[in-house]
Amino acid sequence: MLDDFLLRALLGGLGVALIAGPFGAFVVWRRLAYFGDTLAHSALLGVALGFLLHINLTLGVILVCQMLAFLLFIGQRQRLLANDTLLGIFSHGALSLGLVVLAFMPEVRIDLMSYLFGDILAIGKSDLLWIYTGGGGALIGLLWLWRSLLAITIHEDLARVEGIPVQRINGLFLALIALTVAVMMKVVGLLLVTSLLIIPAATARRFATSPEVMGLLASSFGCLAVVGGLATSYYWDTPTGPSIVVTACVIFALSILIPTGRYRTS
Amino acid sequence: MTDTSPSPLLTATDINLTLGNHRLLENVSFTLEPEEIVTIIGPNGAGKTTLLRVALGLLRPTSGTIYLRPGASIGYMPQRLQLDATFPLSVKRFLSFADKKLKTSALGAALEQTGAIHVLDSAMQHLSGGEQQRVLLARALLRKPDLLVLDEPVQGVDVHGQVELYQLLGRIRSEQGCGVLMVSHDLHLVMAATDRVLCLNRHICCSGTPAMVTSDPEYLKMYGHLALYQHDQNHHHHHEGDSHAR
Repeated sequence: MLDDFLLRALLGGLGVALIAGPFGAFVVWRRLAYFGDTLAHSALLGVALGFLLHINLTLGVILVCQMLAFLLFIGQRQRLLANDTLLGIFSHGALSLGLVVLAFMPEVRIDLMSYLFGDILAIGKSDLLWIYTGGGGALIGLLWLWRSLLAITIHEDLARVEGIPVQRINGLFLALIALTVAVMMKVVGLLLVTSLLIIPAATARRFATSPEVMGLLASSFGCLAVVGGLATSYYWDTPTGPSIVVTACVIFALSILIPTGRYRTS
Repeated sequence: MTDTSPSPLLTATDINLTLGNHRLLENVSFTLEPEEIVTIIGPNGAGKTTLLRVALGLLRPTSGTIYLRPGASIGYMPQRLQLDATFPLSVKRFLSFADKKLKTSALGAALEQTGAIHVLDSAMQHLSGGEQQRVLLARALLRKPDLLVLDEPVQGVDVHGQVELYQLLGRIRSEQGCGVLMVSHDLHLVMAATDRVLCLNRHICCSGTPAMVTSDPEYLKMYGHLALYQHDQNHHHHHEGDSHAR
């Protein structure tokens, strides 16, 4: 009944949405939206690196995202520049560098649009493998760090006094986010990656009674957006990545209409 | 905790801290005995919170040493929490982070002790200033501390609540037998609740019992009138000598 490519797109999209839920919750709680954007913007550089070294392009993107996350981690510890200034430099620097490096390789013809806005309908078996192993690994890592990360999110110094290795956990967390962003690229593209992290999490907030519920709800809303976006794209021939994001926005807007009283936590 | 061992709970020796061209702490030395309440007072920018962070091991001093009695546990109460509004966290859950193995009954008991049991199921973001301080204190107590470190524990609390909180600290000290090191902005209420005062302005200007400190010329210079404080090198009377006054 379902075309094969559509099934792959669905599986890929749902996988990404599931992973993005809990990560998105942390991105919202810790105000890391711009950080996610910066990582995503480095993806083109990863693609260029992939062509240059003749390695798998997704692997190239993962490598560059990891490197950038590490640089940002070091940069933030120096405290020489305000965080958003630092991110701004890296974000646009990485994006432009990617475009320039690709221009130096005239033999490489890439569809820029598919990298900017995603190409979920072109998801192949290897992409699915990346999403479910790489992304799944990132999710397992997040669950492993969960309690410590929550403690750090509540109060860093308090966590440190109570014996949590804050720097190490923060570093690991950034590496996991970088991995997540890299595998999400294929589905929504580098310009829209953070939207799939943030919008479902923001939608989940009003109904969340605990951090865990918020993560799970964010995954659910993300999956709903993927299904809705794919359907829209299939029936009206709209671009798929943007359709997913638009659906996520519509769900967010509708959720506001549902009365929940004030924010609840118990 | 009944033994009156001669070893202090916390010993700071010649702490110096320089960040860039700023000397934040100069030759600060003090001790804190078990079951003693020591309060650090001083004007804004005197380095009170900095000294507290050094004592907690959160900041490494440029020179000098901090010695915490081996095996002593610390309960820390930060100035205040700045939780993002999107973070769904109940008071109960917040307290559970003090220790993985804690049961709900223990969480309730700690809140009972600090007089905030009624907020057990509230959201952290909905607490009033005083309620938040009591919840933070309860979390520190759940660590079963030998040393309680409090950064401006009565900030954002009305005068009536301040008196209550200081009384509570006194009760906790005698019930749990823990030492207390705190920073305070306020001068009057805290004097009744503390055993010893360190008057800090990057260096320790004077120290001793509240009665001694409030009659000290250095203290009067700092707080007696609004004239600019100028440090007089000749006034080093109580520097370290009074550490063991009790």
